[in-house]
Amino acid sequence: MEPNKIEDILEKYFQGETSIAEENQLKEYFSSPNVAQHLEQYKPMFGYFSQAKEQKSTYEIPLLPKSRDKKRNVAWLSIAASAVVLLGIGTYFFVSEQKDTTAVASQTELGTYQDPEEALKATQKALALLSNNVNVGIESVQYIKEYEQSKNKVFKQ
Amino acid sequence: MNQVVFIELINPFKDKVFRLAKRLLTSTEEAEDATQEVMVKLWNKKDNLESYNSIEALAMTMTKNYCLDQLKSKRASNLQIVHNNFTDREPQLDKKLEDENSLEWVEKIINELPEQMQLLIQLRDVEQYEFEEIAKIVNMNETAIRVALSRARKKIRESMTNTHLYGTK
Repeated sequence: MEPNKIEDILEKYFQGETSIAEENQLKEYFSSPNVAQHLEQYKPMFGYFSQAKEQKSTYEIPLLPKSRDKKRNVAWLSIAASAVVLLGIGTYFFVSEQKDTTAVASQTELGTYQDPEEALKATQKALALLSNNVNVGIESVQYIKEYEQSKNKVFKQ
Repeated sequence: MNQVVFIELINPFKDKVFRLAKRLLTSTEEAEDATQEVMVKLWNKKDNLESYNSIEALAMTMTKNYCLDQLKSKRASNLQIVHNNFTDREPQLDKKLEDENSLEWVEKIINELPEQMQLLIQLRDVEQYEFEEIAKIVNMNETAIRVALSRARKKIRESMTNTHLYGTK
């Protein structure tokens, strides 16, 4: 290819007006061994562009779906965990409530007597217990009476 | 869409994504991370990928945005360690090595351009996308792209002539 034509393309190139095909012509020309002396300075530039395109990523893209699976596993795990927690709370309340109802039942049902005589005995016993306790209370009030008497002796009205 | 179909879908442009990320970011490792990130994002979108005209353009746009975000978040806090800090500047023995060295110079010059220009050079001169496709990826109109590209190319030429003539003047 004659240098004149290359110079024209080169001029266009620096104006940013070349097409891909023309740029390829330039690359080809500058990679050939017979580059005109005065154009020698552009050689490394186009050489670099061709070389730069050869660079490749050596890195393997990591197996992508695996990370996806992991994410899904975490989701399932959290669902399972929350189910277990809910079940635990549920059974706790259920069991404790059952206990409560039995306790209340045993408190309210005090039992009953079928035989009237036995019932009378039990009632008398209960009443005796009550009156005994009341008498204990009255005995302690006797001291107050004593105090009243001595007060009246001292302070004669 | 299963994994095999997806891999087949991304294979044609996987390396382009990597090269774009490498152009914009500082190290190969970062570029690998960016590639992986973009692919994972694509995979997560897999159910509505059909609604996009060009998945490749979508991937390139995502890469561009991801890299620019990375740069923005790092620039404030980190000291940049650019890999060409470590190149040894000893004169090369061989003509072939000298050639390689001049290619390295080009790389260095491109790395010093503003990000926008790097992006356009990468998309046009390296990956050889049509202007129409570039317009979709970078969200600019074609005239603006041509102008910016022209500027970028002239800048490279300018720096190249400076290094080329270094020592002769």
